[in-house]
Amino acid sequence: MSRIHVTTTINGDETDFLCDAEDTLLDVLRDRLGLTGTKEGCGTGDCGACSVLVDGRLVCSCLMLGAEAEGREVATIEGMARGDQLHPLQQKFIEMAALQCGICTPGILVAAKSLLERNPDPSEEEVRYWLAGNLCRCTGYDKIIRAVMETAADMRRAS
Amino acid sequence: MRYEAPQSIDDAVRLLAAGAGAHVLAGGTDLLVKLRAEMVEPEVIVDIKRIAGMKEITAEGGGWRIGAAVSGAEMSEHAGLAASWPGVVEAAALIGSTQVQGRATLAGNLCNASPAADSVPAMVAAGAVARIAGPKGMRDLAVIDVPKSPGKTALEPGEFIASVFLPARGERSGDAYLRFIPRTEMDIAVVGCGVALSLDAGGKVSAARVALGAVGPKVILVEAAAETIRGRTLDEAALADLAAACSAAATPIDDKRGTVDFRRHVSGVLARRAAVIAEARAKGEKA
Repeated sequence: MSRIHVTTTINGDETDFLCDAEDTLLDVLRDRLGLTGTKEGCGTGDCGACSVLVDGRLVCSCLMLGAEAEGREVATIEGMARGDQLHPLQQKFIEMAALQCGICTPGILVAAKSLLERNPDPSEEEVRYWLAGNLCRCTGYDKIIRAVMETAADMRRAS
Repeated sequence: MRYEAPQSIDDAVRLLAAGAGAHVLAGGTDLLVKLRAEMVEPEVIVDIKRIAGMKEITAEGGGWRIGAAVSGAEMSEHAGLAASWPGVVEAAALIGSTQVQGRATLAGNLCNASPAADSVPAMVAAGAVARIAGPKGMRDLAVIDVPKSPGKTALEPGEFIASVFLPARGERSGDAYLRFIPRTEMDIAVVGCGVALSLDAGGKVSAARVALGAVGPKVILVEAAAETIRGRTLDEAALADLAAACSAAATPIDDKRGTVDFRRHVSGVLARRAAVIAEARAKGEKA
């Protein structure tokens, strides 16, 4: 079986890859492109650790085939910082210790960034619902939610 | 396994009709889970998202045609659709997380044929019609007739749902969908209930459709519930009769998520609550 040739844009860079029909986008990112910031948790769309944006839409990369990425724009955690300059959410997560083991963190950062781009002033309830598909088994969520709320407030003040 | 992304309905039908081992891919939120679990092992995956119209919501005859690959998030963001059929949009929005909403579709929820599918009772209450493409051309089938039993649909080999049509909402009309789950988010309905109703100028119910999910092998359209409130104001007595009719019509099983008695009771409770919301919407009130 010949491999599928896919041309896509990942974090702003045009990227080509070859994949098998059964490869998920998550498989492609991690195993073919070496972008291992995106994590595999459950592999069935329940945990959100593999969250990425596709054409600006938050999705689980484990629930999408790599072949579907043809012509799409994919954004992963690797595109979040600008060089050494962390995104305000990344900086705040460190300052407020909003992570422990860190497996869920890339997915939560990608999801939270997507929320703040759509809604710069979310209520705590809106943050909790938006992130309901991102499971964390360490923190109990409180620090995560507070870090997102504080980042939103900082970004509103800065703009 | 092969992956195909045809650009026309005809090409998709040809691929699907070529053998029993073909499977449609729209949002993929059910299919990819089944692939991983090896519950399905298709020879070919037919991705329908590159076909014109599949990602579009279009106005038609006062109603809305929703392409088979339109996601829940896209429905929620469509102001016109959300104004016409808030119950259907809210039901679709209850399915899964933000991430799942980015991909999951109405047509997929229907074709997955889970008895607990949230969008299906709302669509049945709304009188939705599926447009099915197949080797013999297009045909329309009422959404209620699409699921046959858990995991089984009325689709013939080579057929797929191209769009779902929600009819014109009508004057003084409103709909609502409620489900019971033991938490606030990210769960499967223990009971779901969709209500769509119209009021006459005097505020009495002139027409109603009430549908229950997760209390039988497929969605149940409760004609007796609609009959009992027709011609009446939705006062306490009418709501009690509505609830009783729904509890009587439910045919649930006992399982880990709920008992028969509990599900029968909740069928009535959700029906009356959904009817109150639908009535408020029919009156133009925010609900």
